[in-house]
Amino acid sequence: MEHSFHYKNFFLEQEHIVIIGNGIAGITLARHIRKNSDKKITIISAESDHFFSRTALMYVYMGHMQWKHLKPYEDWFWKKNRLNLKKGYVTKVDSENKKLIFDDESDFSYDKLIIACGSKPNKFGWPGQDLKGVTGMYSKQDLEKIEEFAPNNKICKRGVIVGGGLIGIELAEMLRSRDIPVTMLVREASFWNGVLPDGESKMINEHIEEHHIDLRLSTNLESINKDENGRVKSVTLAETGEEIACDFVGLTAGVSPNIDFLKNSAIDLGKGVKVNKYLETNIKDIYAIGDCAEQQEPVGNRPPVEAVWYTGRMMGEVLAQTICGRRIAYNPGHWFNSAKFLDIEYQTYGWVFSKRRSPDYEAHFHWRHPEQKLCVTLSYHEETRQFLGINTFGIRMRHEVFDQWLTEQQDVDYVIKHLKKANFDPEFFQLHEKAIQQHYNESQKSISI
Amino acid sequence: MNIEQNMSVTGRAADSLNPQQKMATGLGMTGLLILAISIFNVELQPKTLWLTLSLVFLAVGIIWYAKASYADTSPGIKNDGVFFKSISSRGLWAYVTGVGLTGFYIILYFYPEYLGLVKEGDNTGIIALFDPLSKSLSGNPASQWFVYGTLYTLIIFAFGIKFIWKYRHNKYQLVRTISVMFFQTSFAFLIPEFMARLNGDKLNLPYYDLKNIWPLNYYNFDQYRVDDLVSSGDIGVGILIFGVISIFIITPILTYFYGKRWYCSWVCGCGGLAETSGDSFRHLSDKSLSAWRLERWLIHSVLVFVTVMTTAVVYSYLKTDQYWLGGDTFLWSVGILLTLIFGWVMIFKKDQFKKDALIGGGAYLLVILTLLGLHAFQDTKLFLFDTYEMRSTYGFLIGSIFSGVVGTGFYPIFGNRVWCRFGCPMAAILGFQQRLFSKFRITTNGGQCISCGNCSTYCEMGIDVRAYAQKGENIVRSSCVGCGICSAVCPRGVLKLENDTPNGRINSNEILLGNDLDLMDYVNAKK
Repeated sequence: MEHSFHYKNFFLEQEHIVIIGNGIAGITLARHIRKNSDKKITIISAESDHFFSRTALMYVYMGHMQWKHLKPYEDWFWKKNRLNLKKGYVTKVDSENKKLIFDDESDFSYDKLIIACGSKPNKFGWPGQDLKGVTGMYSKQDLEKIEEFAPNNKICKRGVIVGGGLIGIELAEMLRSRDIPVTMLVREASFWNGVLPDGESKMINEHIEEHHIDLRLSTNLESINKDENGRVKSVTLAETGEEIACDFVGLTAGVSPNIDFLKNSAIDLGKGVKVNKYLETNIKDIYAIGDCAEQQEPVGNRPPVEAVWYTGRMMGEVLAQTICGRRIAYNPGHWFNSAKFLDIEYQTYGWVFSKRRSPDYEAHFHWRHPEQKLCVTLSYHEETRQFLGINTFGIRMRHEVFDQWLTEQQDVDYVIKHLKKANFDPEFFQLHEKAIQQHYNESQKSISI
Repeated sequence: MNIEQNMSVTGRAADSLNPQQKMATGLGMTGLLILAISIFNVELQPKTLWLTLSLVFLAVGIIWYAKASYADTSPGIKNDGVFFKSISSRGLWAYVTGVGLTGFYIILYFYPEYLGLVKEGDNTGIIALFDPLSKSLSGNPASQWFVYGTLYTLIIFAFGIKFIWKYRHNKYQLVRTISVMFFQTSFAFLIPEFMARLNGDKLNLPYYDLKNIWPLNYYNFDQYRVDDLVSSGDIGVGILIFGVISIFIITPILTYFYGKRWYCSWVCGCGGLAETSGDSFRHLSDKSLSAWRLERWLIHSVLVFVTVMTTAVVYSYLKTDQYWLGGDTFLWSVGILLTLIFGWVMIFKKDQFKKDALIGGGAYLLVILTLLGLHAFQDTKLFLFDTYEMRSTYGFLIGSIFSGVVGTGFYPIFGNRVWCRFGCPMAAILGFQQRLFSKFRITTNGGQCISCGNCSTYCEMGIDVRAYAQKGENIVRSSCVGCGICSAVCPRGVLKLENDTPNGRINSNEILLGNDLDLMDYVNAKK
């Protein structure tokens, strides 16, 4: 480990900020602390030497990028900015003595500790879930395992993916990029319909099948079965008892905070590390941000644990202010998110809830292109007609414009009328606003009759 | 098994061609083989038939290959396996292709006699094979440049179709590619041939690709060309004036409205080849900060070189006082123009330059003005070097080695825009305009960037697009040619090429949209 010399450190021992986790939350925090102070900063990770974009892991397997392309900063960046990197696995936090204990029994002191250790894939106690050939799709190590278990369609004749969320569909796309047959087991009756409204979920179902993925809806996993070498040979389905032969099983039924190493500490844990709105834990000088933090007072409609790239970044931005002496609360603006389902880009601004989760007052307007895989859903308050949010598939929209409309509490008619202002598609792309407006006007007429 | 070392180079993943791709490759190779055989003076009669066969095989092979690759896939990004394939990940095939191309360029530029060029008498070899086509267009026998131009156009056409197939979901790419195919076929290939056909008693037009603007076309104002044009009457003088206003008037105006992309990725022939046949190599460009530093020094030095060289060449014939413009007047104009540009920068745009750029620019200007002054008052040789020598050194080092041998020959090693990024003086001028006064920028979409790196990886100019996007900052860079691929490969819809008001074009933020509004205001105002 390198400690580069800095004149201020020479005269004055700076406070030592130690961050566990070098993901987007921890790194954003470190960068912002460095911008605002000369504090000594150490970032600890057991996963990788340098910060990388987790959301892009899939592209390495698919051959779109190499590992080096995943690193947003060149390797000299860390030393230049006096961000000390330490590779190691923390097994215990001794908050009384302000010390971390590593798996090699060594210890490390901190003045302030930030836990930004992210998530781990969910496992629901399926028989065979730890067999050779089974993995989640979250970490660099997971990616290495996938490369080992499913390098091509000769070694891996079929992959089975358990769980139909954002990571599940990414993993399916990865395997398909190497022509590996894929079966996808989805508990729900339609893809991701706990989050997406029905029309959108249905469109994604169709698109998944266009990509020759064997999509099994309303299907649960019973067990993962091993061959004589202790490797995966098949899965058994709960509903039908059908056995599907496979060489690889991907567990993508969501993620949860990666906090097992904190179980013997004094830090208050729930599903994640419990924090107040200042991202402070119950122990002084210990904070938690990113996927692993559990808000005790979630903001607005946000869930207590937000495992999203953007929220990790935002928490890092906020906590840096607090650490540098200006204590402020985590109070993010309007919700937004994005993803890509195979070839279809998805963006969301504000809240559009699925049928299962939508409040009584939430009404939807849905438009879908007659041929192409494009659709939008706007949600609004049935009585006040206030615009609440939009989901857009295959049409890029401007974050800034929707953020402004949500702040101004515009009504849905205004948003539909000015939709073109929000378009962010490349030049020369066909515009669909007219068709959307027309469909909207017709749907409103039929309601008023 | 470690992905950091292993994943991309071992080619463990599927890297095999399907049967149709194999047949298409075979067909294309047959076309090449016919051309190769002709080099060795094998009698291919009738020539028209063999030439047609070879060109058709080549084109159909490429297009068929594209069909076999993309036709059965759903529209979308097609980068699967790019870093596993030998040809596109600096594997054996990349080096074989690189060596082959480099060899071809060396023969083309320096040993055309091996291609069958005969100065007095009938051509032989591959050049003779192209005689029928050349005669049907311009009426003259072919030269090595005609062979090269024909193949160049054919390649842009066939790979253009491949590119369109690959990006068929993206209309910007469709329109842009049709544009480069059009400008290559008409302006670069057909129109000059027809101009040659018109030549006779009254007209004496030099070979002139009208969109090939000085200083890319560094020989545009050579004496023989100016003499030819002036002797061709109104048409010739018109073309000469067009050449001058192209760089001094048309270029700044178009760049102001659309950025340098109007030229580099929509019109230019070098850009056309890079965007079509070079598309498979765009991810090989170096994105490091040190490469960017090298780029700035190199490209601007070439610009200085071409300016000095052209000034000397033009002065060498203007000083004879046989022309409308006198030599001394010309030199004074050059000195004043350069001083005005530098003065304008120092007064209005100083804060947009890094210190090394101002020092470098100032030093270059000082040297040029000193040499001009020495010449004016001490009567030394203009710029100290022999004009003819300077001209031929530029032609050899920059015109042939850099733009041709290295620029294109090394596509599979350093990417498809080596020349455009590090060497092209036209790109330097356009980039200067684009950075300082243009409406063009690549807008980032609020806080949506996930730092995945697709944009940077696939930027052929080696711009670290992500570095800006993840800060919510618009991308305003001299080198951006506006190809639009960063926007295309972005999985989250973050990037958009736009022309809008120049105010607020450069907009770095420490905190991105989506967070606490008060926090954003506080932090972003503080900086």
